[in-house]
Amino acid sequence: MTSVSNSKTIKPNTLKAVPPGDPRDRGGALQPLLLVENLRKHFPIKGGIFNRRVASVKAVDDVSFEVLKGETLGVVGESGCGKSTLARLLMNLIDRDEGALVFDGDQVGDQGGISLRQLRRNMQMVFQDSSSSLNPRLPIMDSVAYGPQVHGTPSKVAQQTARELLEKVGLSPDLFASRYPHELSGGQKQRVNIARALALDPRLLILDEAVSALDKSVEAQVLNLLRYLKTHLSLTYLFISHDLHVVQYISDRVLVMYLGEIVEIGPVDDIYSTPKHPYTQALLASQLSMDPAERVTEAPLSGDPPNPVDPPSGCRFHTRCPFAETVCSQNTPSLGKRNDPQRHSVACHMHEPGSGHSRTQSPPVYVPSHGAATPKNERRLQGAL
Amino acid sequence: MSSTAIREPGTSLSTDELLNVSDLSVEFSTRRESVQAVNGVSFSLQKGEVLCIIGESGSGKSVTMRSLMRLLPESRTHIGGNITLDGQDVLAMRNRQLTAMRGSKVSMIFQEPMTALDPVYSIGDQIAEGVMRHLGKTRKEATARALELLELVRVPSPERRLRAYPHELSGGLRQRAMIAVALSCAPKLLLADEPTTALDATVQIQVLILLKKLQEEMGMGIIFVTHDLGVAAQIADKVAVMYAGRLVEYGLARDILLNPRHPYTIGMLNSTVRGQDRSVDIEAIPGNPPDLRNLPPGCAFAPRCGFALEQCSAAQPEPAARPDAGYARCIRLDETAKVAERHPIKA
Amino acid sequence: MTTEIGPVAARRADAVTPAYKPKGYWHTVAERLSDDKATIVFLTIIILAILSAVFAPIIAPHDPYATSMIARLKPIGTESYLLGTDELGRDMLSRLLYGGRMSLAMGILPVLFAVGIGGLLGVLAGFAGGVTNTLIMRTMDVFYAFPSVLLAVAISGTMGGGAASGLLALTLVFIPSLCRIAETATTQIRSLDFVEAARATGASSLSIISRHIIGNVLPPVFIYASSLVSVSILLAAGLSFLGLGVEPPTPDWGQMLSNLRQAIYIQPLVCALPGIAIFIVSLSFNLVSDGLRHAMDVKS
Repeated sequence: MTSVSNSKTIKPNTLKAVPPGDPRDRGGALQPLLLVENLRKHFPIKGGIFNRRVASVKAVDDVSFEVLKGETLGVVGESGCGKSTLARLLMNLIDRDEGALVFDGDQVGDQGGISLRQLRRNMQMVFQDSSSSLNPRLPIMDSVAYGPQVHGTPSKVAQQTARELLEKVGLSPDLFASRYPHELSGGQKQRVNIARALALDPRLLILDEAVSALDKSVEAQVLNLLRYLKTHLSLTYLFISHDLHVVQYISDRVLVMYLGEIVEIGPVDDIYSTPKHPYTQALLASQLSMDPAERVTEAPLSGDPPNPVDPPSGCRFHTRCPFAETVCSQNTPSLGKRNDPQRHSVACHMHEPGSGHSRTQSPPVYVPSHGAATPKNERRLQGAL
Repeated sequence: MSSTAIREPGTSLSTDELLNVSDLSVEFSTRRESVQAVNGVSFSLQKGEVLCIIGESGSGKSVTMRSLMRLLPESRTHIGGNITLDGQDVLAMRNRQLTAMRGSKVSMIFQEPMTALDPVYSIGDQIAEGVMRHLGKTRKEATARALELLELVRVPSPERRLRAYPHELSGGLRQRAMIAVALSCAPKLLLADEPTTALDATVQIQVLILLKKLQEEMGMGIIFVTHDLGVAAQIADKVAVMYAGRLVEYGLARDILLNPRHPYTIGMLNSTVRGQDRSVDIEAIPGNPPDLRNLPPGCAFAPRCGFALEQCSAAQPEPAARPDAGYARCIRLDETAKVAERHPIKA
Repeated sequence: MTTEIGPVAARRADAVTPAYKPKGYWHTVAERLSDDKATIVFLTIIILAILSAVFAPIIAPHDPYATSMIARLKPIGTESYLLGTDELGRDMLSRLLYGGRMSLAMGILPVLFAVGIGGLLGVLAGFAGGVTNTLIMRTMDVFYAFPSVLLAVAISGTMGGGAASGLLALTLVFIPSLCRIAETATTQIRSLDFVEAARATGASSLSIISRHIIGNVLPPVFIYASSLVSVSILLAAGLSFLGLGVEPPTPDWGQMLSNLRQAIYIQPLVCALPGIAIFIVSLSFNLVSDGLRHAMDVKS
């Protein structure tokens, strides 16, 4: 069913597509919009009588990647993999322990680079929890207008901008501008959050589980809205989610995180059709089919993700990996040199010739809809190919 | 509605009926307003059968389930209709009978195990307590049973976990512990309120497989509330789709999920993201669910429905038989069937 | 049927939502409050008490300072002395009306000052965290360690009594608890996403506090403060009773109670009048505070 008929006509779009050659662009199309280098954040856990650091949560550990201009980079991973911390690090809402951020060629916070204040005009974030991310005591128009006001826009102008933005995200300003958050549904609140994030006219939008808490039918509406805004406002998205289907739909490239590290990164079709890392394969195999005849009878992984306080040595996935060998607990695999951002890279010893893993010649293959590769069902999977 | 000529899908008339709900309605009232949360809901469950109630937030799916155990605040709630569980009239039960029923015949598991487990007692104590109270066992016997139950729900190193407190367990283990508590008295009916929603995908599948296995081994009936169609496909025998407090479509899982007929079910399946073409928009259902405080007189979905006619908003549509054993509350099933044939649902 | 996709369809759909007038938070609170009959009754009593105190010069039948040797300790209902007279023959009704000015002021003003100072300190402590928080909150804990009555008496006593020192003493007594409430509320709100979002726009701390924190901290502080008014009235009365509050002959309920206590066997009813006034007003404040707490819990 595709059609929805309604006699009411709608105002023509108030949006104009930004012409190619964005005046804010500086380094040209090939320069990444955001470059993240060796980003690290460990949260100390203090304890004992003297409140000393007894351990640390290795939330984000030596993470490097790039966000290309105009793309949507999807970030997937399970709870505790550090994806929300990553978003807050990029937004500079928490301080990074190590690493550098380069925004369109300018190092953030560096002498002669881009200041934090400028960065925030260019980079905004949409939060997951639509109810706690709006001030309950402010009418939504004021919440949206707040950002521009902070940056010196007179309040009259900011309010006009806010009304236009509400229109853009599909909320009629006449009906909604003076409402309070508790009078809106979850989907409407998330639209307001998007409008608020757009109020500073950013180039990069970080969406941290922005649709995860919504009902499916509302989620679809918001995803469509995001697609629409992206093309009309020439935005770049960093889309964080645990839902692989949604990430597949919206992303151009995908980055898979496990316990604070990137395990696999590459173009979306490569990741979804030929996932290389056993973890990515397991994630994909954990997706439920809509057909009751295609029930999964064997879980691709057992157990929960380990605690990020004390992550396993070597490859952090080796405790759950069906192919783990001694080398996996001893050496940390790396993504390798990444000169081409479109390259499909994986941090796994089985894909690293000379790593010492016995399967470097024949890494496990994933066959969609036949479940994950495990040593047990591998023969069946090979047969299916 | 129970009087309509719709037969119960998937079963012959038999005495194996575990639960029968007919014309259930639940109304919450405050001084200012009243909310019709559930309206004219009827279904039945055979022994050892899994029914998934699918719906979005505010559809009344959780309320329906809680009313089966009469867990709603009595003073502000009015429950109408009939609930027969294992031959007993639940709505006529006195408090003592209710207490005896909860935990022995019926158990419940929740989305967030931390709120369902008591943080100050160890997992073993909590399982043993139920066993002692309902089965009259001694503490020693009950602890032995607790160990068996933890093994049953595949908790690794169960002897050690017996003494663990809820906060010491990971999310997946906590969920397994809660299932063990719920199964401690071998209930005939398990009520599950989105028990896997908060879990990661790789853990969710483990819990679903476990629940299905346990259900088959123990022969219990499960009513499983979820908003996730994939979860329903994984575990359900029968599916009931709820919208604005009403059952809009009901039938066998494969019939409903692969061949939906009600416009809402079709819309929900279409708007679920599942490998769609990235260059086109998802077919979203427009608009928002209705305000339960003032529902339209006709079909509550009509304002969002692409098939709606004028008479849809005039009167509540009666359940109409689907080509298979189920039904859908829609007067335009012929038209929806045509569309469904043109655009088969992608599993 | 035409195919409409994406935001266009979604946009239309949101516009379909029927229009209704948005209600602000305080509007909703007022509406819920108006449902609560008991609270309305006690709120009326408070308003009447305040009005009668403000307009005491107009309402009072006599000069509250005019003594009369022949009309001492007249009973209630005496002609031209509706509520009798005190031990110096002054009209009780007039003195109660005038006394209300002092007693209510001593009930409300210290709480207001304490809300200002304690609230700000609490917000500061909660928002800044770290060392600032430790410094402010530990200082408050020192004050907390003393029983409030004792502290009020001690401060007022060292400053030599009088209305001003009483006011200061009571303000100091209330600051720590209000500071704590504000700090707790701020700490909770600070961690919410909308404050993060405000920080993400590059807003200054001052802007975030004034725009996003204060408005959310105010309700819990306000509820607690309204319950403190009755405590303040009682403490002020206590100070006056001990001779540490308002200086005679200025009327004040606590002091009137103290002066009349020698005559308790002669005119027990007249002697009880200031006590009844204190009781009714402080009880009203207490119950209104309870009502506010219910009304402001809008989530339910």
